[in-house]
Amino acid sequence: MRIALAATCIADTMFPGAPRATVRLLERLGHEVVFPPGQACCGQMHVNTGYFAEAVPVVRNHVETFAPVADGEWDAVVIPSGSCTGSVRHQQAMVCRRAGLDGLAATAEAVAAKTYELSELLVDVLGVTDVGAWFPHRVTYHPTCHSLRMLRVGDRPLRLLRAVEDIDLVELPAAESCCGFGGTFALKNADTSAAMLADKTAHVRSTGAAVVTAGDMSCLMHIGGGLSRQRAGVGTLHLAEILASTREEPTALPATRADRTGVSR
Amino acid sequence: MSRTFLGLPRRLSRPDDDAPPAAAGAGEPPESPFGPVPHPQTPLRWGDAFPVAARQTLQNAQLRRNLGHATQVIRAKRAAVVGEVPDWEALRDAGSALKERVMAELPELLQQLEENVTARGGVVHWARDAAEANRIVTEIARAKGADEVVKVKSMATQEIGLNEHLAAEGIAAVETDLAELIVQLADDMPSHILVPAIHRNRTEIRDIFLARMGDAPPDLSDVPRELAMAARAHLRRKFLSAKVAVSGANFGVASTGTLAVVESEGNGRMCLTLPETLVTVMGIEKLVPDFEDLEVFLQLLPRSSTGERMNPYTSLWTGVTPGDGPSEFHLVLLDNGRTDVLADEVGRAALHCIRCSACLNVCPVYERVGGHAYGSVYPGPIGAILTPQLTASTGGVSGHDDVNAALPYASTLCGACYDVCPVKIDIPSILVDLRAREVDADRSRGGVDPWAAAMKAASWLMSDGGRFGRAGRAATLAHGLGGRDGVISAAPPPVSAWTRSRDLPAPPRQTFRQWWAKEHESPADAGGER
Repeated sequence: MRIALAATCIADTMFPGAPRATVRLLERLGHEVVFPPGQACCGQMHVNTGYFAEAVPVVRNHVETFAPVADGEWDAVVIPSGSCTGSVRHQQAMVCRRAGLDGLAATAEAVAAKTYELSELLVDVLGVTDVGAWFPHRVTYHPTCHSLRMLRVGDRPLRLLRAVEDIDLVELPAAESCCGFGGTFALKNADTSAAMLADKTAHVRSTGAAVVTAGDMSCLMHIGGGLSRQRAGVGTLHLAEILASTREEPTALPATRADRTGVSR
Repeated sequence: MSRTFLGLPRRLSRPDDDAPPAAAGAGEPPESPFGPVPHPQTPLRWGDAFPVAARQTLQNAQLRRNLGHATQVIRAKRAAVVGEVPDWEALRDAGSALKERVMAELPELLQQLEENVTARGGVVHWARDAAEANRIVTEIARAKGADEVVKVKSMATQEIGLNEHLAAEGIAAVETDLAELIVQLADDMPSHILVPAIHRNRTEIRDIFLARMGDAPPDLSDVPRELAMAARAHLRRKFLSAKVAVSGANFGVASTGTLAVVESEGNGRMCLTLPETLVTVMGIEKLVPDFEDLEVFLQLLPRSSTGERMNPYTSLWTGVTPGDGPSEFHLVLLDNGRTDVLADEVGRAALHCIRCSACLNVCPVYERVGGHAYGSVYPGPIGAILTPQLTASTGGVSGHDDVNAALPYASTLCGACYDVCPVKIDIPSILVDLRAREVDADRSRGGVDPWAAAMKAASWLMSDGGRFGRAGRAATLAHGLGGRDGVISAAPPPVSAWTRSRDLPAPPRQTFRQWWAKEHESPADAGGER
């Protein structure tokens, strides 16, 4: 398949390891990955904070950049993020319509119909659960809220993880509880966000995992930021980074603040 | 745990002010373990804005333990009894469809209800706002010569501050729901729609009873049964002496004029049957078209609210029946902002709410901060969409300086509330819509808002791949800021709101698109950052 990658704004600029791993994984599975350079952001931050008018140009840029998928130039668009995929599917057309841009809304819907979150693409579209990965470490999985409740990815990420060779996958207590990120919520309601994060990191630490993984870098930035502050010695990796790991080309355990000594990313 | 009302009494209105102190040295109320709860100027708007109020309640370790425990217990109970209903999703769809129909036909259905209640010997009153409703209830009580009324837990009377109003008019309102009684005796504010004393543990309740109830056994322990028995004995006198009862209503059936109150303790049944006069205050959205529609809601409500398969006490009455129950029945239909909400295409779904409180119990924000942080008798996710809409005409949504304007932001949009809502109110989407209204209202205000400026700049940057790529490349220059650990642990405002409790990774050496250009594009077509 020819698959266009929407890297997400946050991963492109802050966590390039996640989209890089997505590329590596899909190419290993025999697919062609395309990175349309016009892309920037899906508009979720603006929409969720209430800035619909400011979201419109951001949404327009995303929709126009990925519009070729609707004409069959690519077979699918993949986004390594549950919340960005959720925004594409449930918010972009709404924002366009509210701005009176019915044509753009229709295009947004056509693009959204061929846009998949990574675990959806792998399991539903490509039909694989065993991607041939090897990751010999203890891992716990946090199902991010929008993957879980907006996209309903269900156990797809867990099925993918369970098929990873030599992984020690341990269940995260109270997994379905939000980590407290919520985009600008983390700043506007920083104290409440921190209280939620404290419970999430305590649950992560209780598993004894070396790595907490998820399908969203934004939530992982939040959980990882808390773990780092606590010198918990638990790192974060995007689901794609674990699935991309092989014996030949293993993904290294992320450096953590407890043990970091000038490691470069 | 009846689910209709809560009380906001001040010291003045405590039912046992004339009772002797419970024990020597207990004349003074116990120090509230939570510090003073600010009493409202209005029951839909009190205290500080949510972020400030939440910061205060978060510091209360006892509150967080009580709430964490209680919400987890009730959550598990709900999940178990919902899980055993094979057609739960179909029931939710039915409940949602019924409520949509009610909203579409509300004027006609209300007139139908009025006709049927009147035909069966009831008196219907229309109240545009809290003041009118309070005046109507007061006049009825006064006409009956009552200086004390017994009350069934009711959110509608909570919303209008009826107890305070009655107290000012020299009429004591006695809450008869156990949790409501605890809140009333403690001069506290409720913190939950269904279990208003959820923030109290049993030791605190024992202390409140001993100090404030007046007739509590001096050797009262904190065993739940003993606490309940003490309240039972205390309330029995009130039931037998009261001439007037005030209730809310969970449902009003338009085609028959039947009212319904759903409760768990039997105190509601006492209030609805013993006094000679019954006054019911009902929000105009509480209608169902036909009697058989109750079938849907009486399945949805108990499982969603208390985690019970069937509700313990479901009282239904239609007008008055000579020789059986109250000889006089008044129904006060309350608007208080509801028609404004109804006129709103998106926001009106908030009126579908049947006050089950499932959304509070699953909300990760509510679980940490508790109900008082919301500054309204309607806390939690439903409160965050209902309160600012009800108060829109006096601030609220579109009123930037109004404390209620912060409520739509009191959520991470995690979606747990939508999943459990028995009538499928899409709370996250309404929250986002209300946020957009706040933002749009602020546009016309002028002045410099740092959030607006940042969002505008981000919009420009994020609507073009070239600009965004260059910005990302520029950010990599800050890679060194992370120092040896690769993280930023302190930053100036507004980023300090993040770094106070979390580290921030320094930007990477290379953005994804720089890597892509290097790895995947030939020099001829490498134009990713044009």
